[in-house]
Amino acid sequence: MKNRDFIFFVGPSLVAMFVCIAIPLIFVLEQSFFVNKKVYKEVEVESCVAGFTGQICSVEMQTKPQLNEKGEIITQKEFVGLENYVRLINFDAVKKAFWQQNFLELENVKFFSALRFTVTFCLITLPFVIILGLVIALTVNNLLSSLKGPIIFVSLLPFIITPIIGALSIRWLFVGDGIITAFLEWLTNSNISMFSNSWTLELMMILYRIWHVCPFAFIVFYAGLQTINKEMLESAIVDGANRYQRLRFIIIPHLMPLIVFVSLIHLMDSYRVFEEIIAFSSDAYVISLQWLTYDFLRLDDTGNRYISSASASSILTMIGISILLYPLIKKTWNDYREGKL
Amino acid sequence: MSFLDASNQPFALKAFSTLFILVWCVIACFPLLWITIMSLKLPLDAFDSNFFNVLVGPVTLQLKNGVSVASILAISLFSMYFYSRRQRLRNYLRASIGYSEDVTLFLFIFLLYIFCCISISIIFSKFFDAYLGLFGAKIFGFTLDHYHAVWTERGFSLFFKNSLIVTSGVVIISLSLGTLAGYGLARKESSIAFWILIIALIFRALPHSVLVAGYLPFFMKSNAILSPIFGEFAPILYGQPLAVILVLVAINQPFTIWLMRSFFQNIPKELDEAARIDGCSHFQAFRKIIIPVMWPGVITTGLFSFMLGYNDYLVCSLLLDGQNQTMVPSITGLFNRDTSTTDEIVAIAAAVSITAPLFFIVLIFQKQIVSGLTAGAVKG
Repeated sequence: MKNRDFIFFVGPSLVAMFVCIAIPLIFVLEQSFFVNKKVYKEVEVESCVAGFTGQICSVEMQTKPQLNEKGEIITQKEFVGLENYVRLINFDAVKKAFWQQNFLELENVKFFSALRFTVTFCLITLPFVIILGLVIALTVNNLLSSLKGPIIFVSLLPFIITPIIGALSIRWLFVGDGIITAFLEWLTNSNISMFSNSWTLELMMILYRIWHVCPFAFIVFYAGLQTINKEMLESAIVDGANRYQRLRFIIIPHLMPLIVFVSLIHLMDSYRVFEEIIAFSSDAYVISLQWLTYDFLRLDDTGNRYISSASASSILTMIGISILLYPLIKKTWNDYREGKL
Repeated sequence: MSFLDASNQPFALKAFSTLFILVWCVIACFPLLWITIMSLKLPLDAFDSNFFNVLVGPVTLQLKNGVSVASILAISLFSMYFYSRRQRLRNYLRASIGYSEDVTLFLFIFLLYIFCCISISIIFSKFFDAYLGLFGAKIFGFTLDHYHAVWTERGFSLFFKNSLIVTSGVVIISLSLGTLAGYGLARKESSIAFWILIIALIFRALPHSVLVAGYLPFFMKSNAILSPIFGEFAPILYGQPLAVILVLVAINQPFTIWLMRSFFQNIPKELDEAARIDGCSHFQAFRKIIIPVMWPGVITTGLFSFMLGYNDYLVCSLLLDGQNQTMVPSITGLFNRDTSTTDEIVAIAAAVSITAPLFFIVLIFQKQIVSGLTAGAVKG
């Protein structure tokens, strides 16, 4: 395809991605080095109280935010360098933790607590999703083919459902007198409240995420199992390989590219963990990186949005995802240079 | 004699795997099934700690309405019969109407099914239940009050309209951009195409809040920033469903071009090369040869765009204000209100209302969704 035609086909999409993704990213980077400050000015305020002989007036100087002709507060951008970042990661606390070798205290800094949860969440859910997806795919593959359609239909439901609705449906099973909590209480004869401990909340989020992503892994692996070379399996059986050996030496290597693919997608998506925090109202106990940015961006009780802090935390979040994806991009680049792609 | 052959398995393995799949299916659909049941009961029943009380709903039965075992049995038998005959019915309709659009046909069949179910339940409650003794007694309580409350009092119809605007905008724009780009990328063999795809992959990994942090200040002050271009008509983009479409298209674009590219790669190159040899330009080849055969891919990609737009919480809740939301973000407003249990059930009814369209989409497009999930994986 000639370059001219290529530009015609790809151009609109590229322009859209450049204008709608790249430029906002540059804006975010810029904002993270500035703060918006209200412009104050000194005003003489004359206040009078009624006295015996007349009014007693006193003049005092007050600082008030300056208003423009429409009555809005004038704000001014001010360059602050890395100050937004330093405040976000609470540099003093980091120094202190470093000197005292006590890194558990960093949990008190919102950013580190979010980082800790996000990373552990990604890494804990990953193996469960892969293994459970693989087991479901293998078992469905062994079943009668007439049952496969309905099973795939039912399995798709947790994946297809709106994430926040899915998490809410789990919440309603566990909340207060929810049916599963009631069952567990009856079983253990104790009082259980899933929503007031950080570890139970994290457990529920992990369970929810596994429930939500497993179908995706299952479908991908199931499709991979259909393309497996049957002669190879048959010759393995002739050679006396048992079930486990066939799984270990033929099926898993065959599925390896798909396992990498699912892991990649899952890491990207679970790094963005957010809806669970909203649905379980867990922000007092457990927060994630994306939720932190969201929290800065939304209106707080005093009607402010902390755009600068949000930008700084976005940039740090992006650095995190780049570190997470770097090995993969590097591998793709090597494959490409060696002409494998 | 292969691994894929079910017949040579030991009985224990077979039994275990059947049991395992059964358990998985129950886990997969139980939460959804359960909130659907809860949404049909009064709060006192829905939050009862006894499993059977929630299922049967004694209070709801007393105060509101109920259905008998006989009519539930009749409806489920009818459903099974209907499901087994659906192919024949579709062929019959196609022959008699002479109309072959799959989706419309399905909708028609679906409405027919709903109509039949409702009439069966009415017929039973009016005429048969009285003669059926225990089977005819009304046992399962249900009420549609909460759905009524959601859709009329809580402004859900407005939210529904907004969702419709946003999702259809997202689907149309991202498909038209993504189809062209996917075709170009699939047919270009150079490192530029490769790098575009890698950058798209990196963009796909971006947390959505990062983009919103870039958009939000601009959206709030857009009338001041855009006034040199549009003068007095410069809009405030904050709170406009149409402006949200832009952001969602941007988020969706990387995924769309990956998916479309892998579909186009499965269309043999020889097809448009032959057309080019016969004297077509690239555009003519695209229009005359590719467009007629690309619809399966477009439908699949469209489904995924739809789900992205429909399911989005973060972008819509930050860029739209509370009074003028789309459906999904509005739900938190329902259950955070100093939640009385009635409010909670209303929120559950809203959740079920949001899920229902997705449920039917899986029902209709299961094959396309599966092919979309696997399309990206085949090429790695």
